[in-house]
Amino acid sequence: MKKECVAMLLAGGQGTRLKSLTKQIAKPAVYFGGKYRIIDFPLSNCTNSGIDTVGVLTQYEPLILNNYIGIGSDWDLDRKYGGVSVLPPYVQSEEGGGWYTGTANAIYRNIKFLHQYDPEHVLVLSGDHIYKMDYSDMLDYHKASGADATISVIEVPWEEASRFGLMNTNDYGVITEFEEKPEFPKSNLASMGVYIFRWDVLKRYLIDDADNENSSNDFGKDIIPAMLGDHKKMMAYTFDGYWKDVGTVASLWEANMDLLEENPGLELNDHSWRIYSKNPNQPPQYISHEANVHNALINEGCRIHGDIGHSVIFDGVRVGEGSIIRDSVVMPEVKVGRNVTINRAIIAAGSVIEDGAVIGDPSPESDITLVADEDSVIAKSYLEQTIK
Amino acid sequence: MDRIAGIINLDHEQDVLDELTYFRCSAAVPFAGRYRMIDFPISNMSNSRIGSIAVFARRKYRSLMDHLEQGKAWDLDRKQGGLFILPPDWNDPTDISKGDLQHFHNNIDFITRTLADYIVVSGTQNICNINFRDVLEEHKASGADVTVVYKNVEELHPEHKRAHKLTVDEHGRVTDIHHDQRSANVYMDMFILEKNYLYGMIEDCIAHGCSHLFLDGIKARLPHIHIHAYEYQGAHALINSVESYYRHSTSLLNGVNQEDLFKEEAPIFTKVKNEPPTKYSEGSKVANTLVANGCVIDGHVEDSILFRGVKVAKGAVIKNSIIMQRCEIDSNAVLENVILDKDCRISNSRTLVGVPEKPYVVAKRVSM
Repeated sequence: MKKECVAMLLAGGQGTRLKSLTKQIAKPAVYFGGKYRIIDFPLSNCTNSGIDTVGVLTQYEPLILNNYIGIGSDWDLDRKYGGVSVLPPYVQSEEGGGWYTGTANAIYRNIKFLHQYDPEHVLVLSGDHIYKMDYSDMLDYHKASGADATISVIEVPWEEASRFGLMNTNDYGVITEFEEKPEFPKSNLASMGVYIFRWDVLKRYLIDDADNENSSNDFGKDIIPAMLGDHKKMMAYTFDGYWKDVGTVASLWEANMDLLEENPGLELNDHSWRIYSKNPNQPPQYISHEANVHNALINEGCRIHGDIGHSVIFDGVRVGEGSIIRDSVVMPEVKVGRNVTINRAIIAAGSVIEDGAVIGDPSPESDITLVADEDSVIAKSYLEQTIK
Repeated sequence: MDRIAGIINLDHEQDVLDELTYFRCSAAVPFAGRYRMIDFPISNMSNSRIGSIAVFARRKYRSLMDHLEQGKAWDLDRKQGGLFILPPDWNDPTDISKGDLQHFHNNIDFITRTLADYIVVSGTQNICNINFRDVLEEHKASGADVTVVYKNVEELHPEHKRAHKLTVDEHGRVTDIHHDQRSANVYMDMFILEKNYLYGMIEDCIAHGCSHLFLDGIKARLPHIHIHAYEYQGAHALINSVESYYRHSTSLLNGVNQEDLFKEEAPIFTKVKNEPPTKYSEGSKVANTLVANGCVIDGHVEDSILFRGVKVAKGAVIKNSIIMQRCEIDSNAVLENVILDKDCRISNSRTLVGVPEKPYVVAKRVSM
């Protein structure tokens, strides 16, 4: 049976710039927004866009990710035909095997998976971004234009453009040039890491790329430039919603803080485009007599006795009396004792903050403090200073 | 391990919660911010590794069926066993059964087919967190025919008047079942017995024209059979009136009761709604309140319970109230001692005030 479009979600990223947050989990499994993991966004987008077949390519620290995805029922992706499949690298009897050497190699090595569905188009996604997007609109655009590949782009501020992979386009939205992080940008249309390819075209390029020993087997560095070089029809699809790369501690923190705006760019309370997630099944949150909560997102199972301002609090967090939390992200099951002060920090899941600890620097220019396990350098220096 | 099957018998449960049971049976009444009453017995059974559960529904079960679905939330969407919702639908012309025995008779296949050796029968009005494995251990050790569960309540309230009370001897054997107003041994509408014993009891009751399994099959035979009493020690709330519903709901604001009822090792499960975390605005003021997910709070909420997706606009004041799913409270509205059923809307500057003994109850989907 044929599927018109199959999604391939690249979820093997190590996310080293997230420091100890990704010490034991892959980047797509990092927590975001009070109850989600990053991967909930592309998976929910697939479900909401009517794409019911998703291959999730895992590699780095797959345990939590595999367990989290399960059979996909939390995203309604437990289907009789299609649904979600976790695709780790594997060893083949004759070709040998080994790790995925790049994003393109990851798809190349799963050509057999795609063959099962004989798709017209393949949607390639990454597990690094926070956004709500209707991929079916992009697919319609891709089909109507007759493109071999369509790349979703977003306008970024010119002064930041050189941090991104940029698409130069003509007046009709046809991509004429692709530049990876150029010093002098000619365009401010950044690639969002969302691609749709005609499968028959992509397959040829993947096979050629695999034969090329000099290739780094990467979509941005190898496949896209090769297709452009052959004058394949490549379209830019402009997306104008909220989109954020949460690849660093600072950007992850910022994206969480964005949710606290009065009219956030990314509205989570949207029944027409729900973000699905695994449910922790905890009782409602309890805000005590002595608590003071303002401008905050708080999830189920929390017991708040302290003062929370401009912060995102995940499920099962306890905050003791007299504690003050400002401009921070507190991940699941963190226990914050009494009279603790936390400013501009991300507290990793399961941390225990003892009574009287002082974490983070309230000045707006300061770096974001990350408190994770004891091995983390940042946490250690902070631990020495503050926790006896 | 012994296998146990469960029966949740709603047959005798009256729709006594006024407006809250206009459109649903009491088992489906929302409770504690995100649950419904039936979540407690089903979760207790599921946590006690009871994998096959029948629900004997009688009336107003539409919202119950919507809530339970295939039992997925309780891990009961199983190939073996699972959740069976059994509304009254029977056409046996030779059927002479009456009362709740109609349910036992017409659904006898559930009992004969189950691989379980023991059956727990429970209602839904006694909210608690109980492990039926402990009840079974005590039942087996006592050698009794039936073991009934009771709670020795600290303080008697009006809701206990309607409950059966037990007199229990020093060996834990039940010597009397009655309605003595002074007794604090409240029967919790739960019992466990061997499957074959239950089967015989059902046959015998029907043969003698009985209409109530507990009254006729157990209570009336007290002199002839061995009934053991299991004393449940944990958090307990008997809800059979608006007053008791309101009092027990607000008693959850006391942290001790919350932790007794919602245990990490024995969680209460419910249908998942995929709501985002609750958002508190810069100007919100919330104290001593249980808040479910998906709420947007801009106003002032105190000593209250907010269910999922409630919106409280700026300037609104809510005190000592229970606000159910998706209610919207517009700016400057004032609610005190109020229970709002689902989907209500209170417009600008309206004031609703009840008293703690008689909260003001607003039925589902009312705008005022």
